[in-house]
Amino acid sequence: MRRAAYVLGLPVVLLAAWFVLSAGSENFYAPPLRQILESFGETWTLDRLGADVVPSLLRLLAGYALAAVLGVAAGVVIGLNRRVRATVEPVLEFFRAIPPPVLVPVIMLFAGIGDGMKVIVIVFGCVWPVLLNTVEGVRAVDGVQLDTARAYGIGGPARLTRVILPAASPQIAAGLRQALSIAIILMVISEMFAASNGLGFTIVQFQRSFAIPEMWSGIILLGLLGFVLSLLFRLVEGRALRWYHGLREAQRRS
Amino acid sequence: MLEVTSLKKVYRSGEREVEALRDLTFTVDNGDLVCLVGPSGCGKTTLLRCIAGLLEPTAGTVRLDGHPVSGPPPGLAMVFQEYGRSLFPWMSVRDNVELPLKQKKLPRERRTALVEETLDAVGLAGTEKAYPWQLSGGMQQRVAIARAVAYEPSTLLMDEPFAAVDAQTRADLEDLVRALWQRLRVTVLFITHDIDEAVYLGRRVVMLSSSPTVVQDEITIDLPAERDQLHTRADPRFTELRTHVYEQIQAAKRGRPSTEAAV
Amino acid sequence: MWRSCSHDPGLSVKQRTGLLGLAGPAGLLVLVEALPRLGLVNDAYLPPASRIAAALGDELGTAQFWQAVGDTLLGWAIGLTIAVTAGVVVGIVIGAVPVLREATASTIEFLRPIPSVALIPLAVLLYGTDLGSTLLLVVYAAFWQVLVQVLYGVADVDPIADETARSFRFGPWARVRHVLWPTALPYVFTGVRLAASVALVLAVTAELVIGAPGLGRSIAVAQSSGAVPLMYALIAVTGLLGVAINLAARVFERRSLAWHQSVRGEVPA
Repeated sequence: MRRAAYVLGLPVVLLAAWFVLSAGSENFYAPPLRQILESFGETWTLDRLGADVVPSLLRLLAGYALAAVLGVAAGVVIGLNRRVRATVEPVLEFFRAIPPPVLVPVIMLFAGIGDGMKVIVIVFGCVWPVLLNTVEGVRAVDGVQLDTARAYGIGGPARLTRVILPAASPQIAAGLRQALSIAIILMVISEMFAASNGLGFTIVQFQRSFAIPEMWSGIILLGLLGFVLSLLFRLVEGRALRWYHGLREAQRRS
Repeated sequence: MLEVTSLKKVYRSGEREVEALRDLTFTVDNGDLVCLVGPSGCGKTTLLRCIAGLLEPTAGTVRLDGHPVSGPPPGLAMVFQEYGRSLFPWMSVRDNVELPLKQKKLPRERRTALVEETLDAVGLAGTEKAYPWQLSGGMQQRVAIARAVAYEPSTLLMDEPFAAVDAQTRADLEDLVRALWQRLRVTVLFITHDIDEAVYLGRRVVMLSSSPTVVQDEITIDLPAERDQLHTRADPRFTELRTHVYEQIQAAKRGRPSTEAAV
Repeated sequence: MWRSCSHDPGLSVKQRTGLLGLAGPAGLLVLVEALPRLGLVNDAYLPPASRIAAALGDELGTAQFWQAVGDTLLGWAIGLTIAVTAGVVVGIVIGAVPVLREATASTIEFLRPIPSVALIPLAVLLYGTDLGSTLLLVVYAAFWQVLVQVLYGVADVDPIADETARSFRFGPWARVRHVLWPTALPYVFTGVRLAASVALVLAVTAELVIGAPGLGRSIAVAQSSGAVPLMYALIAVTGLLGVAINLAARVFERRSLAWHQSVRGEVPA
């Protein structure tokens, strides 16, 4: 009961304040919340969700999944080889430092403005944090764990799948979490640049046609999407890394 | 039989060279339980890693049952000092014990039987599904011992396995090692810096000098085979042997110049 | 095996790593030169490295370029300063008062993952293509990085230290000053470092998408006018700026915390 009050208290107060304070708003850019909520229901109908949100999400998932697979695979190869790592690390740091949205114009040159372009943009932006975190995680596998694997004849694929990848998985998860927020940003931006559907496209359309309550409802939808995706990520991560959180907890207590 | 002959290990980093092991020769007969003791920092762990095939010696050889060791030999299992890091925290107790057996391609029934048997033997029946970090330090080291025993090695290497557990747990684990050794007839090489532990456990004790390491002395522990914490440690012979080992270790610490002159 | 490891006496491990590190970027340049020259990639899409370098050389001589760099850095610096100040103040206040910490947790968890680009349409309406648009996005994105790290830092305060301070009847202000702040400081620096990178990304993004003055807009102009080598050159400049900001933030962090007993590991945010 007390917990529920803490979790819900402030959001309710804030929403109520927004609702009340904006109720009589004459400001064109900040319409009353009531109006925004009404337009939310009118704007984001099932048809609209299917036409605009689903394509966005599919691009997001395709790009994110590809980036995750590529990043982990390349990260393992680079992380296990000291020379390769020393050679490519400065280049990787450079690629990571490039603000991902500037890749949109470059990739438009190669891939046009279709779905392929958007997926490639997301892959290109997301792969670096996954890759660099995997390299770091693989490099930092405990020497005693590696010795144990060797002493007990755990080699070949088992060494990779049962020892190295699990040991690096907390770090890999940190990279995947960073990549998720980059993926959402790139999804929106690539659609703002050139698209005929999608969330980013629709919101910009509202803004250009000065459909302000609709634009606000789009911003709220994007916010909800970001929140839900990060919640899903945390749920999956909490399951997959249950051992890691338990271990941390056990270490903290001792 | 484990034969260590003229073993030498020099670490290099850039221009600097550190001689960890100078010239070590000793043997461990099949079915024997030998304890290696030495002052701290005498290169015990380096020696063990060379024997386990995890480290390439600079010179000299290690032979296990006549075959030279040039990588982790199949008939050898190792218990590490750092149980918390040597057990994989992402696997249950069962999976930790079973994984090496899978790598040996043992059939499933055999694996299941071995896991159950060994966990039972170390007093951990019923913890199969727990994660290692849910157990106390002493219990984690028991899991590591179960994993080593389930591997069915002819030789068991133990690297200061009880250095990080409390005194009472330690006594229990010492008795566990004696009991397993007597039951399974494996060869055990047990490294420790604790003189009492070496004398209590071993059938022979090999004393090492401080680094660069050579063999300082060896003695046979002529205590009765049935030992227990109370009576064995109160035995006057135990005290004599302990004093002898203690003196040799002290001499090893002081006598560094003389051993160098002898080589 | 080990005997063959003896290496050239003149080269330490560090120097060799450094040489390999130079080989990487050199290899990248050779690759970018070779791919279009060999016809493997259409040189209208990816011009050879030498042409990109030439475009960069020309650009370095123009006042326009330096104006754009200056605009980007200005937006970055102002936005970062506002975000860091706000993040630290809000973080310490929330962190120091347990009731506030509990009451705001859910709101922060909700607001943080909202993608900053969702604010782009709003920024356009409010500020058009002014610096204000850039600042709105930069401040919003960088603020959370700082706030979350500060909250981690405050949560890391040793309860024993806090109880010690209380048992000596330290007032609330003295506790913040002598217990909370020193514990949180390494996390503040981590937050500033993360925020510095994020702020650059958002500054360039805002310029690119909205058209606020700066490197991002130059990239968009180069793209729409078909000046492909120049576009690549400008993108490389943003990457180098990012690397420079990263390095500078790391050095700053290490220098400032040299006195601290432990330069702490990063908390994955």
